Amino acid sequence: MIRFNQVNKRYPGGYQALKNVSFNIAEGEMVFLTGHSGAGKSTLLKLIAAIERPNLGSVIVNNQNVGVLKERALPYLRRNLGIIFQDHKLLFDRNVFDNVMLPLQICGFDYRESHKRVRAALDKVGLLKREKSNPIALSGGEQQRLCIARAIVNRPTILLADEPTGNLDAEYAREIMTIFESFHQVGVTLLISTHDESILQDTDVRVLALRQGELQPADGTTSHSSRPSNNKGQVAGYSTGSGQA
Amino acid sequence: MRHALAQIAGVLRRMFESRLAGSLNILVIGIALSLPAGMYVMLQNAQGLVSQLSGTPQISLFLSMDAKEDDVDKLRKKLEQHPAITRTEFVTRDKALEHLKESTGLSDVIGGLKQNPLPDAFIVYPKGGEAQALDELRNELAKMPKVELAQLDSAWAYKLEALLKFGRMMVLILASLLSLALIAITFNTIRLQILTQRDEIEVSRLIGATNGFIRRPFLYFGAIQGLLGGIMAWLIISLSMLLLNWQLDALSRLYTSQFSLHLLSPGDSLTLLLFSMYLGWLGAWLSVARHLSQNEPR
Repeated sequence: MIRFNQVNKRYPGGYQALKNVSFNIAEGEMVFLTGHSGAGKSTLLKLIAAIERPNLGSVIVNNQNVGVLKERALPYLRRNLGIIFQDHKLLFDRNVFDNVMLPLQICGFDYRESHKRVRAALDKVGLLKREKSNPIALSGGEQQRLCIARAIVNRPTILLADEPTGNLDAEYAREIMTIFESFHQVGVTLLISTHDESILQDTDVRVLALRQGELQPADGTTSHSSRPSNNKGQVAGYSTGSGQA
Repeated sequence: MRHALAQIAGVLRRMFESRLAGSLNILVIGIALSLPAGMYVMLQNAQGLVSQLSGTPQISLFLSMDAKEDDVDKLRKKLEQHPAITRTEFVTRDKALEHLKESTGLSDVIGGLKQNPLPDAFIVYPKGGEAQALDELRNELAKMPKVELAQLDSAWAYKLEALLKFGRMMVLILASLLSLALIAITFNTIRLQILTQRDEIEVSRLIGATNGFIRRPFLYFGAIQGLLGGIMAWLIISLSMLLLNWQLDALSRLYTSQFSLHLLSPGDSLTLLLFSMYLGWLGAWLSVARHLSQNEPR
């Protein structure tokens, strides 16, 4: 579903955010991405949504090489992804309901059907009673859940979450994790980044650990994160070694 | 479809929220458009007047007082055979005097004259209508025997026509310049709009909005603002024409003639509105295109 082959990302100015990152996430998998801030977690998620493009290597999402997608094709890639942003990116000029409505408007969804879907998504995250509120009136945990509702209202096959429990206390964080767990159960592919490894303690999901832009060898839970790629030569010359900084 | 309506409703709500700045914009657009459009209306009116007054061009040939019937016959034959002349009309001096009496109301004065001061005359209707050809014909006719004077009656109309052409060019230049100004006004308004809706644009792009989707509400905004500006221009012109007509009415009564300015015709009004709408749309399009190309992910 999501495959990285020897991906390198260097920002203008020379900062190397990712070095030779390769992994594969199967359909329906739930994977955590850990690492300290600055380890490259956000960059990795942005590469999947083609918000950033790799300098070397290939990022394959749903059998599409998103690193070389044309600008015109990007919207259609992103409609298959649900993205939960680190800074929420909620719109404060409209109420909770209209925030969740936005992705459906963008897709040109049938008006009446989209109302049902928005209600269903809000119900899922427990915000149905707040649909008329302005997001600014919501607590941090509620804003996070609103962001989740907006990401799932489109029923994407892949859900990307950047630090979804970042500023939340343990109880809220657990609530959020329960919601993610329920998506996992219905077959959604999830990639969740976090610097807070405590939320992983009572789960046995697969973990991708990043350190200074490099993927650390897997430590037990699974081993196929470092599975060798067989991508039929789609990537021509990734000569950059990890020794280069 | 419902989404498009919702977008338009959103645009109207946003316009209403900033109605003061918006109405100033509309006023500026209206004034900018009313200048060339108003000049155009005046020109149309002048043109109507000219064609009404000049009709088909004629050349009056006044014969010398000593011209005999013989000479007249000879001249008539010559004129009838001339290739550049469609027909001629002979006006005897007696008929001319009668006509003068009737049309000017000076019968008392004329009746007091001892003899008829008017000469016989031919009215010549030339074929073509070009100013230069007419001029040549007039010169040729003036040299014919017993012709005292050849006068091209519509010469002034042609001069006016040339003047009108000059005026039309001025309108065109003015219209082009002010159209650019209108595009610039919309460009700037939309740029400010974009700045206040930066977040919405960014989020929309991140969750799969096409450029078309992002552009649309701004295009609606530009087009609606342009349309309202066009309506404003139309109102300015119509009101001005009504005021001018009111004054003109008194003036033309003094001259015992009927003359009033025509307002913009329905066709011209529609053109004005569509044109201003298009310019607003164009300004908005340019503004959004610039924003989108500047904010593309690398």
